[in-house]
Amino acid sequence: MPEREVKIPIGPQHPALKEPESFLITLRGEKITDMTVRLGYNHRGIEKACEQRTYIQDMYLVERVCGICSHSHSTCFIQAVEEIAGLEVPKRAIYIRTLIAELERIHSHLLWLGVAGHEIGFDTLLMYTWRDREAVMDILALLTGNRVNYGINTIGGVRRDITPDQIPQILTAIDTLEERTKYYVKVGTEEITLRERLSGVGKLSKEDAIHLGATGPTARASGVDRDTRRDDPYGAYGLLQFEVITDDHCDVYGRTLVRLGELMESYKLVRQILRQLPEGQIMVKAPRKISAGQAISRYEAPRGEDVHYVKANGTEKPERVKLRAPTLANVQVVAHMLKDGYLADTPIVIAAIDPCFSCTDRAVSIMDSNNGQAGTMDWPALRSYSIEWYRKQGTDFSELNRKFRILMESE
Amino acid sequence: MTGALFNIFIFPGVLFIAAFGLAAEYIDRKLCAMLQNRVGPPWFQPVADFIKLAAKEDVIPQHADSGVFKMMPIIAMTSIITAFVYIPMWSTQALFAFKGDLVVVLYLLTIPTLTYFLGGWYSRSVFSMIGAVRSVTQLFAYEIPLFLSILAPAMLADTWSLSGMSQYYNGHPWAILFNVVGFVIAIVSLMGKLEKVPFDIPEAETEIVAGAFTEYSGRLLALFRLAIDMELVIGASLLAAVFLPFGLHLGPWAGFGLYIVKVLFVIALVSLLRTVFARLRIDQMISFCWKVVAPIAFIQFIADLIIKGIHS
Repeated sequence: MPEREVKIPIGPQHPALKEPESFLITLRGEKITDMTVRLGYNHRGIEKACEQRTYIQDMYLVERVCGICSHSHSTCFIQAVEEIAGLEVPKRAIYIRTLIAELERIHSHLLWLGVAGHEIGFDTLLMYTWRDREAVMDILALLTGNRVNYGINTIGGVRRDITPDQIPQILTAIDTLEERTKYYVKVGTEEITLRERLSGVGKLSKEDAIHLGATGPTARASGVDRDTRRDDPYGAYGLLQFEVITDDHCDVYGRTLVRLGELMESYKLVRQILRQLPEGQIMVKAPRKISAGQAISRYEAPRGEDVHYVKANGTEKPERVKLRAPTLANVQVVAHMLKDGYLADTPIVIAAIDPCFSCTDRAVSIMDSNNGQAGTMDWPALRSYSIEWYRKQGTDFSELNRKFRILMESE
Repeated sequence: MTGALFNIFIFPGVLFIAAFGLAAEYIDRKLCAMLQNRVGPPWFQPVADFIKLAAKEDVIPQHADSGVFKMMPIIAMTSIITAFVYIPMWSTQALFAFKGDLVVVLYLLTIPTLTYFLGGWYSRSVFSMIGAVRSVTQLFAYEIPLFLSILAPAMLADTWSLSGMSQYYNGHPWAILFNVVGFVIAIVSLMGKLEKVPFDIPEAETEIVAGAFTEYSGRLLALFRLAIDMELVIGASLLAAVFLPFGLHLGPWAGFGLYIVKVLFVIALVSLLRTVFARLRIDQMISFCWKVVAPIAFIQFIADLIIKGIHS
């Protein structure tokens, strides 16, 4: 007798997911035969909101695209704006931005390591890495005033300078973290259950990684030698020495090794930046109105490549802003990686791309709960639907609306 | 009559095991927290959790078989408490003993897993059903090594009674050294029985929410959790009685004190082991149990058989 197929909903609400997202998994025994991904539970309308705010307000808004790689998004956006405005950002500011970027990468990768441990039931690793992550969070708070959403960028430079007495504190924290990371590398390569759970899971060949457009550590763990920091240098990366970490395991284990390797590279980068930190001012005055033009900016966030497109029309607000977070590129890969896998591997395979769904959601589709038909609604349709819905509930605003209109006309 | 009621409800019955179970849960959680570099819960946390759950509404899924659903936590608890009276605590003689009570205890300790299965299966939720199936799949993997590792010392003592084994090993304290490998096997199997990391596959939070217990809430969940705490104590007591039987002839107070220490030692081992591993996959768990644990348990069994042959 053939085994019955069972459909399991992972999400929109599920303990494995930190954000609402739906993965509908078809199981035969413990094996996955099919999977569908549904995005769109986290649509926040950020791109549209950007068009209604000034550039400096947009920078803070864009910083809130993601709670982890917040500096990545704000820097990526600001690079595009500065390119359109033709601003010459001071060297010291660029170095400070790069420093914050690398500290952010450290905190993001340590966070990921803990989450990965939790997904495979290794909570001790979660507790240890998140404890150590506090060191880098403290440094970020020291330098910028905030643990996340640093708000250090401004158009034309950075808002805060690094004082000489902060440098030894950063270096001490980096030394501690480097020692701890070496220990995690040891745990990752020697702990038997950890290796058993990670190797051979979520296979993604080099060809598939290129074909499906994976980015960041996910692609690099499949042997794709691609890193925006080196291929299209921005910030101070062109002046710094570092290696791009790749791995040939093509599985979750490889992705873990890549992230651990990148942590070690980040420590090297932070030390270099502090050694080479040039003197000078930290910002130039930026105009409120940005001259017409457009620019695309690329940025290697901890999770992969961020791409921002900004179109300016000569006013103080942008005409169009397009953001692409790395998860959008990587989420296509998940369905491929899960095929013929085990149910038990689902959480770690999803987690291995370091997903950030709320950063990714750019669209929302409306689904009829009766017949499951998906579609879209434009603004007037949505508005009349809501008015009708409230009227059915017994709330009628039409009278109020009429009075309000009379009031507005009389003025 | 009053004596029997005292035995059933207070000592070593429901009240004592419940208190000890909650204390054991606290120790397990606190030790685990300390090993993970956390602060851990305050001492009354398990009691507080129990009271909180007991005060909440029971929600029974619409499609669930409500009779089975409600009965399972009680059956789990009853079978665990029944098993307890056959385990020697303060002397070499348990409260009740008869020839073959070891088999009965092992049998009674299998029932909780079956109740998890039935409770989960009749919840009629996909997560519960997968958790339930995993519990039973896992049962077949750890039960054989557990039986082999516990029957080996029994065979060496030439009795199928836990009290009889206690008497034999208190007479021949060094004989227990033959069973050290069996103790390790029994700890590994106990981790499977208690569904602790790396064998917490049936309730893997990140995959199937809470496995068989997903649909349970309120008083029923409180009872199930209490049953699991009691299972921890009884499992540890069984291992203490079989593999660490020394000191039971020192009189009731010293014997009882030693019993508590031994149980806590086993619980500490379980806590330590569950902090240092990642959760295995069900297929890895089965192949580990059948290819590694069961053969070693079998070798232990054969070794005891040979020792017995030489000795007699």
